[in-house]
Amino acid sequence: MANNLHLSRRSLLKGAATGSVLAGLAPFAKVLAASDLVAGFIYVGPRDDYGYNQAHAQGAAAVKKMAGVKVVEEENVAETVAVEKTMESMINLDGAKLIFPTSFGYFDPYVLKLAKKYPNVTFMHCGGLWKEGEPTNVHSYFGYIDETEYLSGIIAASVSKTKKFGFIAAKPIPQVLRNINSFTLGARSVDPTVTTRVIFTGDWPMPVKEAEATNSLADQGADVITCHVDSPKVVIETAERRGLFTCGYHASQATLAPKGYLTGSEWNWEKVYTGFITDTLAGKPIPNLVRGGIREGIVKSSPYGAMVPEAARMKADAARAMLAAGNLVIYKGPIKDNKGQVVIAAGVSQGQTDIALESMNYLVEGVIGATS
Amino acid sequence: MRHGANLVDGLVVPAIAVLATAVVFGVFVAIDGVNPVDVFALMIKGSFGSWFSLQNTLLRASPLLLTALCTALPAQMGMVVIGGEGALVLGGLAAVAVGVPLAGTALPVWLIQLAMALAAMFVGGLVIGFVGLLRQWRGVSETISSLLLTYIAIAVFNQLVEGLMRDPSSLNKPSTAALPDDVMLASIPGTNVHWGLMFGVVFCLLTYILLYHTTFGFSARIVGGNVRAARMAGLPVGTLVLAVTFLGGAAAGLAGMIEVAAVQGRANASLAAGYGFTGILVAFLARQNPLGVIPVAVLLGGIAASGGLLQRRLGLPDATTLVLQGILFVILLSSETLSGRIRLRPRAAP
Repeated sequence: MANNLHLSRRSLLKGAATGSVLAGLAPFAKVLAASDLVAGFIYVGPRDDYGYNQAHAQGAAAVKKMAGVKVVEEENVAETVAVEKTMESMINLDGAKLIFPTSFGYFDPYVLKLAKKYPNVTFMHCGGLWKEGEPTNVHSYFGYIDETEYLSGIIAASVSKTKKFGFIAAKPIPQVLRNINSFTLGARSVDPTVTTRVIFTGDWPMPVKEAEATNSLADQGADVITCHVDSPKVVIETAERRGLFTCGYHASQATLAPKGYLTGSEWNWEKVYTGFITDTLAGKPIPNLVRGGIREGIVKSSPYGAMVPEAARMKADAARAMLAAGNLVIYKGPIKDNKGQVVIAAGVSQGQTDIALESMNYLVEGVIGATS
Repeated sequence: MRHGANLVDGLVVPAIAVLATAVVFGVFVAIDGVNPVDVFALMIKGSFGSWFSLQNTLLRASPLLLTALCTALPAQMGMVVIGGEGALVLGGLAAVAVGVPLAGTALPVWLIQLAMALAAMFVGGLVIGFVGLLRQWRGVSETISSLLLTYIAIAVFNQLVEGLMRDPSSLNKPSTAALPDDVMLASIPGTNVHWGLMFGVVFCLLTYILLYHTTFGFSARIVGGNVRAARMAGLPVGTLVLAVTFLGGAAAGLAGMIEVAAVQGRANASLAAGYGFTGILVAFLARQNPLGVIPVAVLLGGIAASGGLLQRRLGLPDATTLVLQGILFVILLSSETLSGRIRLRPRAAP
């Protein structure tokens, strides 16, 4: 092997030639030169959507600033064979060892299939519920964002004059119902007479219906509007034009509604993702199922708008402190649904990690609307 | 010679159009501050540059072969049908509705797959056949009715997936029950590409033969050329319209079955991924010729496959590939004016 150390004129020329070819292929060289950890982020929509995807892209942007890691990103990747091939392309062509497929629908079958095919690659999937028996190089993470929804409800009830709220939601699935219910329970903890009228649009990005729903809720007298859709931009902007208060979702929409934006529920993916990367670089194992709320720093509230009165801030901050300390259970019986049935009996507390909450199928008392 | 002229129109004109597209697109990315040479090198690498990339391209081309036929076949009769997406989702749903209960029986796998394919083709055929029916007997524009039917089909699909056919354990993404692994379509040996690709290619070849080498196809094309002449000649215009629209819908329905039975494993909202709409583009670029659909679908599959690399390596937005598709579409359609005006050599004496 001593030959390898001996630099002949020929190998020098070869090296120079290779070097110039690599220089010519500048975009490839960037990857080849790096021995860093390559992390690939995949978004289901545009990464500047003021919502779900932007929250993840902000997390990726925080990772980009870290040393020893290189980020590759792809947006608008459908939950079809497209995501399977994007992940494989990141692994094969970019050398990615860590993949963040950030949409729920990527999990089954695509992530599970590739995790078996590439056991040396780690898949960090957002929203899924990893189960024992599934590949151990798959991790799923998500947050109890209904905690900050509860706080948004407290603020909303404190500033509302009509005592009517509007909630624009994509689909009546457990995650969404839990946010609607927590928002309403938070509001009713301040004023038991408030109501939340919910409109389901049927799909995650439905900008035209979202605008119609916002206007319709405004016409019915709602003075605080919030939502659970992929991109709250349309809802927040429409409500601002109608002179209503708004609570945001996914990311901060404060810049879209300087007059009416009270607060909002935000993902803190910056903290979560930089944490994952730090642990990976340090060789520390990451649990297969990661969950958490305010206490773990996975979710946070947008800074209060200037119009939020001091008394309301104090009420919300007190509840935040209790949630962080684990002293406040949102789903504490007795809780009735909006048809009058008792869904959580008196004396029963369903804490955040209670599996029963993951299959929620009701709307609580005070919500006007139906799950089907 | 007529055959030679066809060759020029069929190959030289599209080649000029693709070249012109490359130039315009190159200027576009250059304005964006990116070196066009890098862009083209990456696009080739991402679409055809390696075995992995080639398979990626073929997988993405697979559904387009069939959804393009949904537009290309009725176009032979002068109809502009744009409802492939609706036929695809309902076809996929029909495949699950048949496949899941049959999977529990002792029937051989190939028979279950055949039943799923037939069910999907039948339902897809009904959707687009209904468009033909409305056009023929009620005078409703097939373009409008097929587009509106797509919205209805997707709404019905969602209603069934989130209601009657929902697997109760699918909590945050309502889906039907899953097909067991053993009834899923396998990969072509030695590749990661599923057999759906071959179904698409065969469907294109068969419909080409049907249209250009049978009396049925000849009659259908006469209807497309001049309905009144066709009626005068005693051709059964109504039957021909129904048969061809049904066939087009069946192709899109089969695409739905393949998507469910080779890729997704169940039917849910992800099935409406836009393959039906991209198919319209493919059909127009292929000039509604079932044989032309094959290379065009592969070309668009390649553009889609390379789009990711452009995003990751050059930081270009996802819309870049849409811009490329748009430029290609406009230039190819406008290049039709060149047809018949280019000669390889001076006209020979007759």
